[in-house]
Amino acid sequence: MVTINIDGKPVEVLEDTTILKAAEKAGVWIPTMCHSEYFEPYGVCRLCSVEVVRGKRSRIVTACNFPVRGGMNVLTNSERVKWLRKVIMELTLSRWPNVRVVREMAERLGVAEPRFKSLERDEAENACILCGMCVNMCNEVVKAGVLGFAHTGIKREVVLPFDERSDQCIVCGSCAHVCPTGHIKMILEDYRGKRSEFTLGPKTPIYVPTLQAVPRVPVIDTESCIHFQTDGCETCAKACEPNAIDFGMKDEIVDIEVGQVLLATGFDLFDAGAMAQYGYGRLDNVYSSLEFESILNSTGPTGGKIVMKNGKEPRAVGIIHCIGSRDTNHHPYCSRVCCMYALKFAHLVKDRTSAAIYQFYIDMRAFGKGYEEFYNRLLDEGITMIRGKAAEVVEGKWSGEGEPSLKIRCEDTLIGKFREIPVDMVVLCNAIEPRTDSDVIRRLFSVSKSPDGFFLERHPKLDPTSTATDGVFIAGCAQGPKDIPDTVAQASSAAARILSLISKGEVEIEPVRAMVQEEYCSGCKICNNLCPYGAIEFLQESKVSHVNEALCKGCGTCVAACPSSAMTGHGFTDAQILAELDGLMV
Amino acid sequence: MAFEPKIIGFLCNWCSYTGADLAGVSRIKSAPNVRVIRTMCSGRVDPAFILKAFQLGADGVIVMGCHLGDCHYQEGNYKTIRRIPFLKRLVAGFGIDPRRLRLEWVSASEGDRFAKVVNEMTEEIRALGPLKLSVHQEAEQAAVHA
Repeated sequence: MVTINIDGKPVEVLEDTTILKAAEKAGVWIPTMCHSEYFEPYGVCRLCSVEVVRGKRSRIVTACNFPVRGGMNVLTNSERVKWLRKVIMELTLSRWPNVRVVREMAERLGVAEPRFKSLERDEAENACILCGMCVNMCNEVVKAGVLGFAHTGIKREVVLPFDERSDQCIVCGSCAHVCPTGHIKMILEDYRGKRSEFTLGPKTPIYVPTLQAVPRVPVIDTESCIHFQTDGCETCAKACEPNAIDFGMKDEIVDIEVGQVLLATGFDLFDAGAMAQYGYGRLDNVYSSLEFESILNSTGPTGGKIVMKNGKEPRAVGIIHCIGSRDTNHHPYCSRVCCMYALKFAHLVKDRTSAAIYQFYIDMRAFGKGYEEFYNRLLDEGITMIRGKAAEVVEGKWSGEGEPSLKIRCEDTLIGKFREIPVDMVVLCNAIEPRTDSDVIRRLFSVSKSPDGFFLERHPKLDPTSTATDGVFIAGCAQGPKDIPDTVAQASSAAARILSLISKGEVEIEPVRAMVQEEYCSGCKICNNLCPYGAIEFLQESKVSHVNEALCKGCGTCVAACPSSAMTGHGFTDAQILAELDGLMV
Repeated sequence: MAFEPKIIGFLCNWCSYTGADLAGVSRIKSAPNVRVIRTMCSGRVDPAFILKAFQLGADGVIVMGCHLGDCHYQEGNYKTIRRIPFLKRLVAGFGIDPRRLRLEWVSASEGDRFAKVVNEMTEEIRALGPLKLSVHQEAEQAAVHA
C-alpha cells in the first residue's frame, strides 16, 4: 500500500492502481469520455489529464492509465489542467456540437462556445465521437475482433472489416450497449436469441429459469452466451464475488439405480397459433394464458402492470375459454383448470385496472371446493359473462374511430344474437395437452396411454396413480388435466404407495415364468434370440437352453416358438390353454 | 336357428384384455360371439392353438395384441405380426378362408375399438357361414350312423 495526495487529500491505495481509481476512492471527480470498467484504459479522450507533481517538477499525465507511486502529488483542478481540459472540450464540441454526452460534459466543465471551427463538423445527435469503447469492447471483452478504426486524423472512423457485414460478428450487442451516443443500434429486436419460456421479455444468456426454480441458481444458455462463441467476455464471472461461475461445466448423463419411478412429466400448452381465427402470434395484444400469467406476475416483464404493447392500460379485456379443448378438431376433452384461472384473471384485471372484462365460455365448470362461491363473487364484481365460444378476433376500431384495436366476434347463445365486442387485449385459455415427447417416455417405462394421449392409470377409479407396469407410478397432468389440489393429492398418494413398497423391503412378482424341460430340448437355440430380456442362455455342457428366472418376465414368446414343446410357461402351459379351448367349444 | 359363429379370441394381458375389460366397464355393447382366452402376450399364441381351435369347431380366430411399439414385453407383438401372415397361407391350404383368421391391435384404452373389431369380425364370419372341414363332416357322419 502506498499513500498519495490528490488535491491535498491523502489516500491509501495499492501500488500500480491508476490515478483515476485512486481519485475515485478519494471522492475526487475526474472527467472521462472513453473509459470503462469493462476493458483496459484506452486513453484517447485525454479529458482525464491531471498534473502530477514530484518535488519541483510537474507533468501532465492521463489519470486513467497512469500508475500511482508513493508520495505522489496529484492535482486535478490546477490552472494548467483546467486550461487543457477546456481546449480538449472545445475541440470535441466544435466537431460534435449536438451529441448529448459531449454537451453535458462541456456544460459540466464550463465550456460554452468553442473558439475553433472543425472542418468535419457533424451535426448529428447520435454521431460517433470516436471514443473507441465499441472497438475495445469487441476486441478485449467479446474477443470477436470485428470492429476497428480506419484512416487517421479527421478521417478516422469505426468500421467493420472491408466495410461489409461480417460473419465474425456474433451479434451480441455489446458495442451498442457501451456506445455513449447511440450511434450503434441493434436492428434485430430480439438479438439475444430466444424469448424466455416464462416471461415475455428477452432473456440474457445467463438467467434464473424461474423464481421458483430449485436450486435457485442461474444457468447459462450456451447458444447465446458470448463466451461460448468467442472465448471472451466472462463479465459475469468477473462480477461474481464467490467465483461460482464455471464455464467448463458440461451436461452430463447420470445413471441412478432405482426400484420405483414416479412419472410426473406435466403437460404442454396447446399452441393457439393452430387456430388462426384467434390471431395468436399474428395480432398484437393477443396472449396465451401462460403469457398473461407472466404479465400479472410482479417479477414479470411489466412488473405486474396490465398494459398493452404501447404501454397503455387496456380499456377492455376479453378472455376466451376452451382454446383447443372441448373441440373435436383438436382435443375433445375438457382441460378442467381453465374456467377457474380465467375467473382469477378477471379478478386480478378488475383489481388492477378499470378495464371492462368479458368472458366467452361454453359452460362454466366451477367443480371444486369453494369454486362455485368464487364464481358467484366474480359475477358480483361486475364482469360480463357471454355464453358462446368466440368465433374470431379481428382488428377493428372502437365505434369506428380512435386508435385501432381488437374486436371479438361471437354468438351470444343466451340472447340468441351475433355480437361484436371491442376489446384492447385478448387472453386465450389454451388447452392442456400431453407433452410432445410423452410417447418416448411412455415406451421407456411400458406405460399405456389413454385415447387423449395422457398416461393411462391401472384403474380409473380404484387405482389412479399406478400403471400396468409394476413400480411405475404417475401423478399430475401427465395422467390427465387437473388443478393443483388434485395434483397434490395424487402425487402424495403415489409417494405413499412408493414408500409402502420401500418399507416392506421386498416385492411380490407374478409367478408367470418360462421353463425348459431339458429332456425334450433339442438345443436348436431358436428361443435364444427371441427373448427381449436375454433371459435364455444356451448351456454348452448339456447342449440345452436354460431360462434365467430372475430375468424372465413371462411373456411366453419362446414357448410359442419352441418346435419341440420343451419350453413351458407357468400358468399358461400348452395343456392349460388347450383345455381352455376345449371348454370354450362346448 | 340362425347361425351364431363361434370365434376364439386370443387377447394379450396388457392391452387387449384390459381393453376388452374397459369395453365392459364402459358398458359398450359388442357381439357375444368372441370367446376370450387370455395370454400374457400375443407372442405367446402358438400357431398350433389356432389350428386346434379350427379343428375343434371354431368358425374364426382373432388374435389381439398391443399396438406396435407398445408391447409390454417390448417386441412380442412383432413376433406375432410375422407369424400370422404365414399362418393365413397355411390355413388357406387346409381349405379355411384366411378371412377367418384375424390379427388386430387393441390398446388398453380402446374399449370402443375392441367392440368395433369384435362386431366386424362376427359379421364377417356370419356372412362366410359355418366352417366345414373334413374332420367336422366325418364327425357328423359318424354321429348320424351311430
